[in-house]
Amino acid sequence: MRHILSILVENEAGALSRVAGLFSARGYNIESLTVAPTEDATMSRMTIVTTGSDEIVEQITKQLNKLVDVVKVVDLSEGRHIERELMLVKVRAAGKDREEMKRTADIFRGRIIDVTDKSYTIELTGTTDKLDAFLEALDKGAILETVRTGVSGIGRGEWVLKA
Amino acid sequence: MELKLPPLAETGETLTGAEIAIRCLQEEGVEFVFGYPGGAVLFIYDALFKQKKVKHILVRHEQGALHAADGYARATGRPGVALVTSGPGVTNAVTGIATAYMDSIPMVVITGQVPTRAIGEDAFQECDTVGITRPCVKHNFLVKDVNELAITIKKAFHIATTGRPGPVLVDIPKDVSQQSARFHYPEKIHLRSYSPVVKGHGGQIKKAMQLLLEAKRPMIYVGGGAILGEASHEVTELVRLLDFPCTNTLMGLGAFPASDKRFVGMLGMHGTVEANMAMQNCDVLLAVGARFDDRVIGNPAHFAAGNAGRKIVHIDVDPSSISKRVRVDVPIVGHVKDVLAELLALLKAGKDKPDAAALASWWSQIAAWRAKDCLKYDRASKIIKPQFVIEKLWEVTKGDAYVTSDVGQHQMWAAQFYRFDKPRRWINSGGLGTMGVGLPYAMGVKLAFPKADVACVTGESSVQMCIQELSTCKQYHLPVKVVNLNNRYMGMVRQWQEFFHGNRYSESYMDALPDFVKLAEAYGHVGMRVEKPGDVEGALREAFALKDRLVFLDIITDQTENVFPMVPGGKGISELILSEDL
Repeated sequence: MRHILSILVENEAGALSRVAGLFSARGYNIESLTVAPTEDATMSRMTIVTTGSDEIVEQITKQLNKLVDVVKVVDLSEGRHIERELMLVKVRAAGKDREEMKRTADIFRGRIIDVTDKSYTIELTGTTDKLDAFLEALDKGAILETVRTGVSGIGRGEWVLKA
Repeated sequence: MELKLPPLAETGETLTGAEIAIRCLQEEGVEFVFGYPGGAVLFIYDALFKQKKVKHILVRHEQGALHAADGYARATGRPGVALVTSGPGVTNAVTGIATAYMDSIPMVVITGQVPTRAIGEDAFQECDTVGITRPCVKHNFLVKDVNELAITIKKAFHIATTGRPGPVLVDIPKDVSQQSARFHYPEKIHLRSYSPVVKGHGGQIKKAMQLLLEAKRPMIYVGGGAILGEASHEVTELVRLLDFPCTNTLMGLGAFPASDKRFVGMLGMHGTVEANMAMQNCDVLLAVGARFDDRVIGNPAHFAAGNAGRKIVHIDVDPSSISKRVRVDVPIVGHVKDVLAELLALLKAGKDKPDAAALASWWSQIAAWRAKDCLKYDRASKIIKPQFVIEKLWEVTKGDAYVTSDVGQHQMWAAQFYRFDKPRRWINSGGLGTMGVGLPYAMGVKLAFPKADVACVTGESSVQMCIQELSTCKQYHLPVKVVNLNNRYMGMVRQWQEFFHGNRYSESYMDALPDFVKLAEAYGHVGMRVEKPGDVEGALREAFALKDRLVFLDIITDQTENVFPMVPGGKGISELILSEDL
């Protein structure tokens, strides 16, 4: 099953390698990982999407909590939450396909953020599912380059993840 | 990491980084630092030279320094401290760090690093120490600012010795050891991201008590956590109060006294029939500071499937040890000592007693397993049997020696036949299984307890992996007794090849062995060779009578002897091979 782990870590050199190293050393999956500073400059927030049985995800959470640099771990998928991913796609957009490409982007609420005679660069935000659906809607041959950030997530309502 | 520190004392002296490092060790009450100098730690060695409080033990190889510090920690419960230089100093130390990590031994390792400006430039003797050691330390630090040095060393000792202990490494670049800062050593620190749970949950402890009282076929399984957590007294009281059978793991030997009739022996791959069968067939299992690892319960699917109704209570300071390989019914996270004390208080306050009739029938079942006499061996043999040597060692030292071992058959025989009655007397590498630890472990133990008998039970293959430390023993006058069970084979490798690889003894034979007697003499020690069973006891008595000499006993043992019982890899713990089965 897919889980979204939200992790507050000390903003220390090496904290990312401790987390990433834990996953590779113990054979856990990482589908995506994002990390960036928070409102508190001493801490970073990581979002990791992983898959595994309940037992494995329980172990992952325990092992993460054991890392000295990890301040807090929450499995967002255990409660109501919002998740978003950003994707930049460079697509072929020449001749008769150019107009169709723009329409498809519009349908998915994508924005064209760069243009040449033969290409568009489209920005798209949404759940992983939505981004996948957009890519599937395109002609495979039209996709020149895909960049995805991986999932960021946050709990719904007033609940916040704090140290 | 955010710290709530008292204001800096205005009177703090200004010291160099090197002096700060040594002052921190003094403040921590460190007696010994095991190490080997080199370019990146020259300032630290200079600071060591100028003081007397911390005694440096110069080893002959960095691996020896780490093992000796580790052995000291295992025997005393205090953190072991090692000091090595950058690059090869660190890479040589890695085996020792990983060994301590796997057995949760508190250590602080100080390493030199190339100057900060040279880091990342592939400088001479540079390696990414923090990167290389990350997977085998509890935590590590690279100190880039001399003002952070004292607080970092404080953190290192705090992290190493609290919660589930482990090695912590502090990497100090050469320029940081040279620069100056105001010295202030905080008495206490608080790390927001690190606060191990110590107190067990009251409700869970009550549940555990009820399960224990309702048990028809109870079993208590005690691991190294009980020794690390100083819970031996509470374990012993609990087992005796309930009159339940008790087994110790390899790491837990001595936590419950082997001479007590409730002790069913060590369990696991080379555990006794009675311990393994009781473990497999019990209806309530209390696990104390243990982790159900592969060498202990074998195949977890077999363990679970063979007895689906078994209820498990697990007490451990590390939540990640609970329900890792085996699903637990009543998890209790906390210090084993405190949790057991609470459990004992509850049991004593209540009126309920265990079911006497059920217990009597369980004990008679255990007696039937015991009657198998699974550790028997040929006592009439004309060739020296290794088990016989350990029995004699136990007799000669009155069961009260510190026994270190290396890894392999001799380790298992020492574990099975030296009946440990006290914690911290059995010093061995259980998790990583590091050959070569025995002699440096004995050094660390002997330094901690100069008057105690210290025996290193080893084999001719293992001992050669850190044999250079005989020189350290000479320099610091460490009269340990090396009991070398010499069967001219890597015994455990040979045993697996005999059982599982069609007697093809691929590269497990020790050809061109040194003359160990002459070798010991060359290092300035006493060497003795023993070739007949009748000479074993006399040689051991003579060796231990030589109080102020290191004696290397080269004991020529039966080449074909195997360790029994044995659970083949991947099998369940009740699927034992006994000597008569072959």
